[in-house]
This record gives sequence, structure tokens and C-alpha cells, in this order.
Amino acid sequence: MVQHDIVIIGGGPAGMAAAVAAYDNGVKDVVILDREEDLGGILRQCIHNGFGLHKLGQELTGPEYAAVYKEKVKERGIKVFYESTVTAVSPDKIVTARNREGILKIQAKAVILAMGCRERSRGALNTPGTRPAGVYSAGTAQKLMNCEGYMVGKKVVILGSGDIGLIMARRMSLEGAKVEAVCEILPYSGGLNRNIVQCLEDYGIPLYLNTTVAEIHGTKRVEGVTIAQVDANRNIIEETKRYIDCDTLLLSVGLIPENELTREAGIAISPVTSGALVDENCQTSIEGIFACGNVLQVHDLVDYVSDEAERAGIGAVSYVLGENKGSISVATKAGKGVRYVLPQTVHTDSGKDTALFLRVTEPFGKVRFTVTSGDEILATAQRLKAAPGEMEKLIIPAEKLARVKEEIVVTLDELN
Amino acid sequence: MNRDLICIICPRGCMLHVEEQNGELCVSGNACPRGKQYAIDECTNPLRTITSIVRVSNREDTMVSVKTANPIPKGKIFDAMEKIRAVSVEAPVKIGDVILNDVFGADIVATKDVE
Ligand SMILES: Cc1cc2nc3c(=O)[nH]c(=O)nc-3n(C[C@H](O)[C@H](O)[C@H](O)COP(=O)(O)OP(=O)(O)OC[C@H]3O[C@@H](n4cnc5c(N)ncnc54)[C@H](O)[C@@H]3O)c2cc1C
Ligand code: SF4
Repeated sequence: MVQHDIVIIGGGPAGMAAAVAAYDNGVKDVVILDREEDLGGILRQCIHNGFGLHKLGQELTGPEYAAVYKEKVKERGIKVFYESTVTAVSPDKIVTARNREGILKIQAKAVILAMGCRERSRGALNTPGTRPAGVYSAGTAQKLMNCEGYMVGKKVVILGSGDIGLIMARRMSLEGAKVEAVCEILPYSGGLNRNIVQCLEDYGIPLYLNTTVAEIHGTKRVEGVTIAQVDANRNIIEETKRYIDCDTLLLSVGLIPENELTREAGIAISPVTSGALVDENCQTSIEGIFACGNVLQVHDLVDYVSDEAERAGIGAVSYVLGENKGSISVATKAGKGVRYVLPQTVHTDSGKDTALFLRVTEPFGKVRFTVTSGDEILATAQRLKAAPGEMEKLIIPAEKLARVKEEIVVTLDELN
Repeated sequence: MNRDLICIICPRGCMLHVEEQNGELCVSGNACPRGKQYAIDECTNPLRTITSIVRVSNREDTMVSVKTANPIPKGKIFDAMEKIRAVSVEAPVKIGDVILNDVFGADIVATKDVE
């Protein structure tokens, strides 16, 4: 069996940034495994711009952002195993992969999980009606169009108004398709304002909130869909049913971290994020196994993926070198108005300022976040607006953290 | 002129209202000056970066992604797309290679390497 110090599973933005950070912080024997023939992950198909504003200070397209990190990986001579699908990770850090040459087994000192996420499929949706051709997940359609140049349809309805749905509405319009509607079952869009303006309003595409696809029509190919409004319990309101003629339905109904390998390794998973439970160094419930990027929590900005991956890379280096990262840990908890807090545990004696990442439960106006432990307030922050689509970051100063004995709770209060 | 728009400069997303008074644009609803500038630009000369793909003629089923090197007038988006659709390139292509010159004031450049 071959041996490597740090083995990274997945060569998307998370895997690449983790590899570079690990290398630069002192462990040179780092390898990346990816099932594709190229690095970059999802960014390879995200040809639109808007990547890198925070991290690189410039607005790049997905392939350009990926190229920046590919170059860093190449410069450092980090070994990449392409077209190598990891099939198992064991608790004692043996990584098994399958590629053209057969089965590859690597004994790692530390493993970083960076497998990204996949899209929820139609099966998870329960839309009644036939199963004709012409129903795609938005990401699949994006890949077909942007990587293979295959136009998926001419008259389109999109279900789901997250950023991927919005980006695809524009992309299809640019290629001459007519996007009849974007339907969103929630009372608000999870997408960025910028995308609502530049992907829908620019092209005169209507966004229907509190609306879903009630039925899909057509036998061989999609011929139309019935859309309908939903009530507060998300039940379809019969009188509002309306038929729209179309040949294509794109589903953009959410992403799920790709955690089969994680589960099989016996790593504890959060039911809220669907990713591993981690500490502030992105270490999972198994020592020496780390997770970062979309496999840990679904990110909307690649810049934050790269940041998180750097923490995982540095965490893995500390583990390999046997450095002490702290020994006393407390749990974090999402209080009122907060859907989740990550990391789920924090070392109080790390001597470092520690960031908490969180998402709110629904859109709010002006809010204050308060981080407390027992009676002590560890941090507060005000925002003029808070939305589930935007990840928040709060920092606990090291000296306050050092005094913490009890669970850390983050709550949100609405201000007027 | 009488227009409502959402400011996209920062996540706060102020609802802006633009009205023409005595030949001047008056912006309201903005919480900061950047919102005013955005509203005026949007009403007088809206610009957009566009991104698309171009076929690589000497590689099977291969596309290269491209963008306008700088934003172009919003009203020219579809004319620009037509020009982009009409070309193909030969590999190798490097990021930043100019694929088309001066399409409504912007070069069309590659955003991906193809060997
Ligand atoms: C369709 C889509 C569109 C998006 N659009 C945007 C956008 O416009 N702007 C933005 O900022 N963010 C966008 N995102 C968010 C984007 O996913 C993240 O910014 C970023 O790409 C996540 O990086 P990652 O490395 O965690 O995952 P990924 O980019 O998904 O990379 C995961 C990598 O792991 C590999 N892999 C998975 N399982 C295995 C295995 N078992 N063995 C070997 N390799 C494996 C995959 O091949 C892939 O290369 C989008 C996401 C999706 C899904
Ligand atoms: S007006 Fe100012 S505060 Fe309001 S969204 Fe625009 S940039 Fe942000």
C-alpha cells in the first residue's frame, strides 16, 4: 500500500485550496484524488462571472477562478490522481480509489474530505405527472450547455429561484430560449439580488413566489407544466392552477452535501447541514479526518469555500505534525432565529480568535446577533438585513473564549 | 422617467426610486451615496458583462468559455451574442486570448485553457 501524509478527496475549489494551504504550512507530501479528468469541480461549468470578489479582489468567471488555484497546485508539484473515484475511507485513514489502472489504496496520516455536493433530484420532489424527457436538474443543464454545447430546450420553466436557477434562466435566454417563468415555493427567493436583477429583470422573466409546479405534462417529451400557488402549509391552491406550454423543466431545488463516504467511515453527520460535525479546524468526529467546502456545508460563495478549505488544510498539517490545537472543547448551538452554527464544537484553549459561521432561519430586516455562553456575552454584531441565502460570520476573541465553560449559543434579535 | 429598482451594490438591497424632475434624475430610497450612483448609471447607461461559449473546431465536443473583457451596453447583449455564436476557435487556446475584437466596445476573451 502506498503512503502519503495528507490525502484530499475532491479537486474542486475546496480540495485545491486545502492542498495549497497544507503544502505552504509545512506538509509537502499532499495528494489530491478526483473522479474527473480535470481539477475545478463545479466551477468548470460555471462560466458566468462573479467569483473571487472577496478572496482575489477581482471578478472572475468560474473557470478563471479554478485556473488560479490549478496554477498554485501545479507550481507546488502537488500530485493529482485524475479519473480516480474514491470508493471508501476507513476510520484508520486508508483511502480506496478506483481508476483505469485498477484499485488504488493509500494509507494517509490525515484525510481531507472535499467531495462537494450534488443537486436534489426530481425523485426527492414528488411532482406528480408523467416522466417525460426534458426534465433536468439545473446543474446538469448547465453542464450540458456550457461544457458540451448542447442546448437543452427552447421553452423553459424553472422551478426554484436559488442562484443556480437564476443563472440558468439568463444562460438559456442568451442562447435564444424563452424562459416562461421561474417558480419559487417559498415567499422569497434564496438568490442574490444581483442575480434577480441581472438574470430575470434584464430578460423580462417573471418570478412567481409561493408557486410550485403541480404537474408535468407530456409522454415522450415535456409538453407543458401546470403551476399553482401554495398556501402557508405549502398545499396547492386548486383555483390558482395554470397551464404553461414548455418543452423543458429545470429543477433548481437545492443541494445536498455528497456524504456517502463520510457516513460509511462512521463520521457523525449533522441533520441540519447534512455535513460532518466539525471543530474550528474542520476536523470531524474522527481525529485526522477533516471536511471543507460544499461537502461540509452548502456555500453560495466560492470565496468562503476557499477560506474554509485553508483552515482544513492547516488543521490537517497540525494534526500530522502533532501540534496541539487545544484540548478543552465546548459545543455551539443555534438559538432563536438561527438555523445552524458551524463549527459545532470549539476549543476554548486554542489561544486563537475563532470564527462562527451561521445561517438564519428566514429573511429579517435589521438584526443583532449575540453570542453567549452562560451569562457572558462573547460577541455581538448588527446587520441591516439578514437572509438565509447569506452566510454570516461572527468572531469570538481568544481571551473571551478562554473563559468559556458552557455551551456557546448564537441568537438573533430583530431591531427596529 | 419614473422607475423602481433594487440596488445591487451591497447585500442590503435598498429599493430605489428614480424620478425625473426638471431634467434631473432624483433618487430616493438609497441608504448611501453608492446607491444613488448605481441608480443613475442604471437609468442612463446600464452595462453588463456577458459570458458564453465558443466551439473549438479542432477538438471533438469541446467548448471554450468566453466573456466580454469589459461590460457592454445592456441593449447590445443579443447583438453581441449573435456575433459570439457565429465564431469558432482552434485549440490551443489560453485564458485571456482574444477571440473577437471590439464587440460593442469590448474584446471577447477566452476564460479557459484548451490544450
Ligand atoms: C450547479 C452549481 C452552480 C453554482 N454556481 C455558483 C456561483 O455561481 N457562484 C458561486 O460562488 N458558487 C456557486 N456554486 C457554489 C459552488 O459549488 C461552490 O462555490 C464550490 O464550487 C464548491 O466547491 P467544492 O470544492 O466544495 O465542491 P465541488 O466544486 O463540487 O468539487 C467537488 C469535487 O470532488 C470530486 N469528487 C466528489 N466525489 C468524489 C469521489 N468519491 N472521488 C473522487 N472525487 C470526487 C468532484 O469530481 C469535484 O471535482 C454553485 C454550485 C453548484 C452545484
Ligand atoms: S443604497 Fe447603499 S446601502 Fe443600499 S443597497 Fe445600495 S449600496 Fe447598499
